Amino acid sequence: MRRVVLLLLLFASAANAQQPVFRWGGDAEGGAPFVEADPNDPSKLRGFDVEVAEQIAKGLGKRPEFVQVSFSDIDQSVQRGDFEIGMSGVEDTPARRRMLAATIPYFEFHEVLTMRAEDQGKFSTLAALRGHRVGTLGGTIAYEKLLSAEKTDGVIVVSYDDDVHPYADLRSGRLDAVLLDNIIAVRSMRRVPGLWTEPKPVATGHYIGVLATGNTALRDRVNEILRARMRDGTLEKIYRKWSIWDAYQPAFFASVLNEQSAKKAVESGAATKQIDVVLRYVPALLRASLITIVLSCAAMALAVFVGVFIASGRVYGSAPVRALLTIYVEVVRGTPVLLQLFVLYYGLSSVIRLPAFIAALLGLGLNYAAYESEIYRGALEAVPRGQLEAARTLGLTESQVLRLVRGPQAFRIALAPMTNDFVALLKDSSLVSVITVIELTKQTSIFAANIGSWVVPGILCAALYLVLSLPLSRLAGRLEDRWRAATE
Amino acid sequence: MSILSITNLRLRRGDREILRGVNASIEPGELVALMGLSGGGKTTVLRCVAALETFEDGDIDVGGVMLRPGPQPPRATIRELRTRVGMVFQLHYLFEHLPVMENVTLAPTNVAHVPRADAEKRALELLETLGVAHRRNALPRELSGGEAQRVAIARAMAMEPPLLLMDEPTASLDPARRGELGETLVQLTASGRTLVVTTHDDDFARDFATRVIILAEGEVVEEGDPRQVLTHPQHEATRRLLQSARKAANG
Repeated sequence: MRRVVLLLLLFASAANAQQPVFRWGGDAEGGAPFVEADPNDPSKLRGFDVEVAEQIAKGLGKRPEFVQVSFSDIDQSVQRGDFEIGMSGVEDTPARRRMLAATIPYFEFHEVLTMRAEDQGKFSTLAALRGHRVGTLGGTIAYEKLLSAEKTDGVIVVSYDDDVHPYADLRSGRLDAVLLDNIIAVRSMRRVPGLWTEPKPVATGHYIGVLATGNTALRDRVNEILRARMRDGTLEKIYRKWSIWDAYQPAFFASVLNEQSAKKAVESGAATKQIDVVLRYVPALLRASLITIVLSCAAMALAVFVGVFIASGRVYGSAPVRALLTIYVEVVRGTPVLLQLFVLYYGLSSVIRLPAFIAALLGLGLNYAAYESEIYRGALEAVPRGQLEAARTLGLTESQVLRLVRGPQAFRIALAPMTNDFVALLKDSSLVSVITVIELTKQTSIFAANIGSWVVPGILCAALYLVLSLPLSRLAGRLEDRWRAATE
Repeated sequence: MSILSITNLRLRRGDREILRGVNASIEPGELVALMGLSGGGKTTVLRCVAALETFEDGDIDVGGVMLRPGPQPPRATIRELRTRVGMVFQLHYLFEHLPVMENVTLAPTNVAHVPRADAEKRALELLETLGVAHRRNALPRELSGGEAQRVAIARAMAMEPPLLLMDEPTASLDPARRGELGETLVQLTASGRTLVVTTHDDDFARDFATRVIILAEGEVVEEGDPRQVLTHPQHEATRRLLQSARKAANG
């Protein structure tokens, strides 16, 4: 009996515990055919990236273990050691090759233009899209490609955080085309009816694995394994299984096995200096700060305007008016602003198709109006009763009392919390990137993704936010001092 | 023809009966001192006349404007009442966010629609009469108690109400200031105004009032010539009032 237990233990540990783990990171939200949860058993993953990772683990004599990470964070995460290799549709870019230890490319894809079926043949090149709105996933080669096309061909670039909404917006008419990897385009056309993809590619790219900068020894071993699996047809088999094997792959495999092209990419990548890259992004950051400040000021103005009405209604209104306004305030305060933005932009798109900036302005403004109204209500109720009675005995009507005495005094009480809210709004405005408005934080994260580091973009971004918010706090502080002196 | 006539005024707040049938009739040009121990209902009477309180029974006739029991009187009645009755609060309640001059001109420009220049000219005259013209640009918080009180009087006078109610104007004043205030009030009555002033100060009442009304536990217990009533009190409540005033003066 004892022997059996021992044997079992040995067997189990040999099979499992003692086999070293190979951790690989990717984003299961990226979905099929990259990485997705198995519909039959959601605890298991499937996808061609999953199988490539399994092949690498096998070659290393290790057991693969998946680490979930959001797509845009793969580079940062592998660098800080959350896993050994990041791979789920990770594109080969000069920045990545500079910042991280990159493997040889293992798949060749193409950036293709997708449009509504009725536009078939109309937009076969980027140049044909002059003055039209083209969407893509932010921080990708396709995004970079569109940014340069914005200058040369006058297309309007709209950046998304995911690769599902661009196609939905294309269908609904918010976009006229989407530029993304052919794999994603094929998948999306299956999901969204009535689309057509131009077969002639706009650009070519490759998927690679990325490892932390110092991890070149492991990288070289991974490269050997990938080459071996290309030679023996294992990769082809995997790609065929996932229907992504196409006419381009044989030539691509041949060139990789030749080993020349990968080196070239490294050299050409290193040629641009980091300082040039940073300088290239400064105008974009300044433009994004302008959007942040304009959006924040407009949203705050809306919040103050609506907030005053809500507060007056809640203090002076009839019972049904008070009840309605209370419901509004509680619903808006009790649900995430992110959800409200989604509902305004995507949820209502079948009824009214708001432009992204307007949806952002309304979302933030109406959300903050609820908070402002509570501040004003509290401030109105904090004005001493004697002040109101004195005004009434002088013959002022109730609306004059509000306008000439109660309102001005309440405003002075409300100023400090209002300033607080404005600074909070300035920072909350970064949330609107989920509905494709590129403001300061979003621009910074695109910047960081492209140069592969958060250090410089992070510092620049923080500095810009401070430049925006500090004068505001100081101005409010000064007004407060003046009024406190006037009322104490 | 009285300018203010209060008949059987009753007011209850919760279980407490605050006024139990107050009767009073006041003639134009009088300076009436309304006296009584704290909690006797003096301030409540003034607040009823200014329509800041609703009451349960009785009525108030301010030169033809009738206030009756029940909820807030109609807006037209209130508007009419405001042209006849002004009020100066014990704590003044100057508008904290406005300088002295604007405190005085706020109602004339917004209610009576007097042009700003005229309103300011009149306000300056009032402030000069009351001796606080030099403080016209100050904010209420920068004023002394006496100054604030005179600004509050100017603010009420700017609307030229025939009847002016003053709640405890002597409370925050030292004896010299009290004399000045008395002279000012006498001048106001000389120009045809009627004043009803609540006070604890029997010397003030003796020196300046034309009549005193003693209120105790929500009723008028005694009234008449101040020298007569306050020198030879007929009612127990009046005697207690004088004792407590003496104690306060000595203590």
